[in-house]
Parts: sequence; structure tokens; C-alpha cells
Amino acid sequence: MDLYLGIDVGSVSTNLVIIDRDSNVLAYEYLRTRGQPIRAVQDGLKAIEQKMPAAAAICGVGTTGSARTLTGVVVGADTVKNEITAHAVAAGLVKPEVQTVLELGGQDSKIILLRHGVVTDFAMNTICAAGTGSFLDHQAARLGIPIEEFGPMALRSGSPVHIAGRCSVFAESDMVHKQQIGHLTEDIVAGLCNALVRNYLNNVGKGKEILPPVVFQGGVAANIGIRAAFEKALQLEVFVPPYHHVMGALGAAHLARSAVMKKNGTSFRGFSISALDYITSSFECKGCPNICEIVNISLESELLARWGSRCGKWENLEEHG
Amino acid sequence: MKIGYGHMGTLTMVIEMILEELGHEPVVPDRPTRQTLALGAKYAPEFACIPFKIVLGTYLESISRGADLFVSGGGYGPCRAGLYGELHGRILKDLGYNPGFIFFFPPLKKPFDFLRKLSRLKGRFSWVHLARTISKAWAKLTALDELELMAQKVRPRELTRGATSKAFNRGLHYLHQAKSRVEIGEACAAALAEIGKVPYNPEADPLKVGIIGEIYVQLEPFANLFLEETLGHLGVEVRRSIYLTSYTRHDVLSTRGDMNSRTMAKPYLAQKIGGHGQNSVGDVIRYAGLGYHGVVQLAPFSCIPEIVAKSLMPHLSKEYGIPVLSLFIDEQTGPTGVLTRLEAFVDLMEQRRDFGRLGSVSNKA
Repeated sequence: MDLYLGIDVGSVSTNLVIIDRDSNVLAYEYLRTRGQPIRAVQDGLKAIEQKMPAAAAICGVGTTGSARTLTGVVVGADTVKNEITAHAVAAGLVKPEVQTVLELGGQDSKIILLRHGVVTDFAMNTICAAGTGSFLDHQAARLGIPIEEFGPMALRSGSPVHIAGRCSVFAESDMVHKQQIGHLTEDIVAGLCNALVRNYLNNVGKGKEILPPVVFQGGVAANIGIRAAFEKALQLEVFVPPYHHVMGALGAAHLARSAVMKKNGTSFRGFSISALDYITSSFECKGCPNICEIVNISLESELLARWGSRCGKWENLEEHG
Repeated sequence: MKIGYGHMGTLTMVIEMILEELGHEPVVPDRPTRQTLALGAKYAPEFACIPFKIVLGTYLESISRGADLFVSGGGYGPCRAGLYGELHGRILKDLGYNPGFIFFFPPLKKPFDFLRKLSRLKGRFSWVHLARTISKAWAKLTALDELELMAQKVRPRELTRGATSKAFNRGLHYLHQAKSRVEIGEACAAALAEIGKVPYNPEADPLKVGIIGEIYVQLEPFANLFLEETLGHLGVEVRRSIYLTSYTRHDVLSTRGDMNSRTMAKPYLAQKIGGHGQNSVGDVIRYAGLGYHGVVQLAPFSCIPEIVAKSLMPHLSKEYGIPVLSLFIDEQTGPTGVLTRLEAFVDLMEQRRDFGRLGSVSNKA
């Protein structure tokens, strides 16, 4: 059986998905990156290998996410794709007629507009924390609520309070204030969901024409409180796909399939790489005023790749050894 | 007098030549680096824009190399840049320096004012000598534009990544050495020949993108995180809405020479709003008309004219069926985030092109 592997290494989570020729998800892994992308990829590979069907082989690998280039070298990727395209592809797989993708991840959020299956516009927020999963995580921890219960709790609210959601710092002080004057926790939690959605729509979604069907994906899509807040704000049904938290990896796997069709075989280094020792290091090139930061990646003392220089002189490994 | 000035792309070497021709000793600014920006950001008001910070950093670097007079461009109207020279001067004074300043208005917009102020720099030289210098400078500007236009065309088609940029830099070196009109002509031919030697794929059918927006971030590659080169390496042929010898040249090169961005902007933005805000609106329409696949709007973070223009982008993009990516840049902007957006934007344009070829959907998505 021919299978395809997609790996999405983001700042917060690392996701792996294995699909078959018809893009059915056969296995997935979701783990925390914890600032060590290579370690996370290796752990993920080890775990997902156990879930591989018998007599199957990986025929293509795609990587995406902020560590896509690094991961691509580590695993031997057939395609390395930005996360915006990967998410759009995945949304199109689960809902072919999709026109709007809302994606809320750990440290960024995106909106992608598609018309007739083609991406027509997108926006991405990586500056403001108030529209992201990390902020919800943090506030849930502060209120002493497990993040899994955050959504159901919000739905129980009868009258959500208004939280100033423009900035996560202001939102937090506003929440403390609302607690101190005696509002119910569930009303505050629901208010926070509304504030996050308002922030997202006013920043990332500014000027974008949000048409149905709307697909909501990313880790935060698990939160039914946020989903309800989106439906209320947009007055539209919001669809959360079953593999909403690993959609980037799903998109990358699908792209890998198209990529290997155009080339001969896969560059995948195999699952055994999870036991190997990858070492990264970096230095500043002083060759010109650009002062580029060069990154080396080696496998057991053999230099695999180098990047970061604008002029490209370090990328040629033979010249510099 | 050792004269310093800000760095703005290829214009830098032309100012160097003018100052030398007029018997001054120019303190030629180095290409700005992250250190230059950090230095400028340290002493600039936080909400000043990135051109202000880079130029301030360059002034401080130039002062340490002996500059005691700065020549600088100013501007008119609502854009703050007109006041920047004054503010730069005061900040430097607060830091204990006291260089002189001569503020020029953009020479191509106000040629007479430019000449009047140039007479101060002209000193003992004759007007004929000055006229010759100006004409030589124009020849160099034209040659530099020629070189950039060719590099922009070849880069997305090159077979070895980076070959065009290397040839381009060699070409810049030739032009830098050229002192007389004859030499400039020869250097230009040699520089173009260098780029002509770059092996390229004649079958390539690159996407075409128009770069629009504020002048400094368009012309200084460091300020736009080397946008042209990055897009070129992603296989995109770019054109800027602003070149050193700008409008005439651009309009001549485009197939419809009568199209003027400001006039085209009128139905959407009837008045000048400072900077290149009105141009940006018209440029989107112009590039759409020329069949470009997309537009990248470049602007310094907090630039009011471009913010106003940006608010019209969703509407223009829809009406003219051309994707627009707006990049607002400050010292916090990370190259990775910009690259991710550019890659996605290229994917978007490619998909649209493929889809358009199927002929099943109108461009007005």
C-alpha cells in the first residue's frame, strides 16, 4: 500500500499525518514542539511508525510549518510548503466547496479565502498574542480551568461579560477586574471567547469577505466556546473538520503525493532517522555588511545542509566543507 | 567639508559622483545593516517609520567617519518625511553633534528647486560644469535603472540561483568606476552584457508582480528585506512602480504610456494624501490593466498615506481581479514571516493562473 506522510512543525505543536492514495487519514500524531523541532519530529516518527498498516510503505513526505525547511532536511522531504497553502489544501480536501478557512494555532492565526477551490486572499497574524491558542491556554491556567473544559464552560454562560480583547495584556487585567467585582467564571470565560473572536475578525479578518462554507481548523477549533462565538459573530454555520488540529500536516501529505508524481520516487530517509543524532549550529558570516546568520545542520558529524546566507556562498557545501 | 547622506539603493553611487564632481569629499554610506537599524531605532522616536530609523543610523555611522554636513531629501504635504531632516538634525544635536544640513526636494519632482539648492553645493564651479555633472548623473541613473530592469527580467529565469544577483553586483561595480559619459556608456554595456551571460531558461513563463508603495522601502533592498531578490528566486518577475528615473521610463516600457497612476486613482481617491498613497491606489489599477498576476504593496509600519491606500486594496483587488499583498515593515519585522507570506502569495497567483487557463471562472473572484 502506498502511503504519504505530512509533517507540520509549528512553534507550539508538531503534527504528523499518514494518508493513503485517496487522502484518507490512516494515522496521526499530535505532540508539543517544546522548542526542539528535531526532537519532536523524531518522537513523532517513532510514534506514528507503530500505527502504520502492515505491508505499507511511505512513498512521499511533505513538510510545512515554521520549521518546514529544517524538518525537510531532517526527514528528506519531497516537498516543503508554507503553512498557508498547506492549510488551504487540507480544507479543500475535507470540504471541497469551502470558501473561508479560519485557522487558529498556538502562536499565529490565519484567514484564507477560496473561491471555486482557488485561494484568492489570505492574511496571517504573527504579532498579536490576543488571537491565539497560547493566550487561551494561559488564561485557562490562570482561572484554574483545564483547557478541555474551557469551551463547555463558555457554553453554559447565560450572559457573557464584555472583555477588552484588543491586547492580551489589557484582556487579562479586564478579566481580573470582572472577577473582582463578582462576575461568574463561566460568563468571563464566554466573554473571553467573544473577545478573541472579535480580535481575530477585526485584525486578521479585516476587509475580508467571509462566505460559507466556513471551515474552522487549528488547535483552538477544539474549543466549542470559540466555535460558538464565531457562529454568533458571523451568523454562519462554522464547520470543524474531524482532524482540525492536524490539518497542516494533512495538507503537506497531500502535497507530497502530487510532488512525487512529478519526480522519481521519494527522498524520505526512513523511520530509522528517529534514532539518529542531528546537530544544528549557527554562526554570523562576516563576509559583507549583510552579516547573515548561517545555520548548519549535521547528521552524525556529516554536514547535511546549510542555509541563511543571502549570497548563497555557504549553501554550496563542497566549497566550504 | 565632508558630506554624508542616507543610503537609498543604487542612488547612493550617483550622489557620490555628484559630490566628487563638485569638489567635495563624500562620506559614502555603507549599505545599511541590522546594526545601522538598531543604532537608528535606539535614538529615534518609537513611532517614527523605518526609513527615518535607517537614515538616522546611517548619519550616526557617517559622523563617526567624519561627516560634518548632510544632504537629504525632503518632501511636501501630509507625509512626515518632509520634517524628517529637521528632526534628524535635532536628535543629532541632542547627542552632542552639530552637523550642517541641506534639504533637497526630490530632484525629479522639483528640478528647479533642486538646482537652486545645488548651487550652494556647486561652490566655485561654473554652471556649465554643474549642468554637465547633472547630465552625467542622469546618464548614470538611467544606466542603473537599465541594469535593474534587466536583472528583474533575468532573475526568475536563471538556471543557477543567485547568478543574476552576482552579475548585477559586478555590473554595479563597473558603473561605480565610470566617471565620464563615455565611460558610463561603456560600463552600462559591459554590465548589461554580464547579466546577459547568465544562463537562463528561455521557456520559463514567470509570474509577474508589480511592487508598489512608499519610495524608500521600495528602493532600499535592506528596508524591504530584499523583496525583489526573494521574489525573483521564487520565480517571479517583478517591476517596481518607482525607479530612479521613474515615470517616463516606466510608462515608456509599459505598453500604455498614457496611463498615469494618479489619474487612475481619482475615482477612488480624489486627492493627494502625501507620500505615494495616491500612486499606490492607481498603480494597482495600472498593473491589473497590464495583465500582472499580483501586486505587493510595500510600506513602512505607521505610514499614514499607505494605510489609507491599504484600506482601498480589498475593493480594488476585487474590482480589478488582481491579488494584493500588503507588507508593512518595521524593525520588528522578521524575514521568516515575510517569506511565508510571499511563498503563499506565489502559490495563490500560480493557482489563479492555472485556473484562469482552464477558462472556467472569471478573474473577479
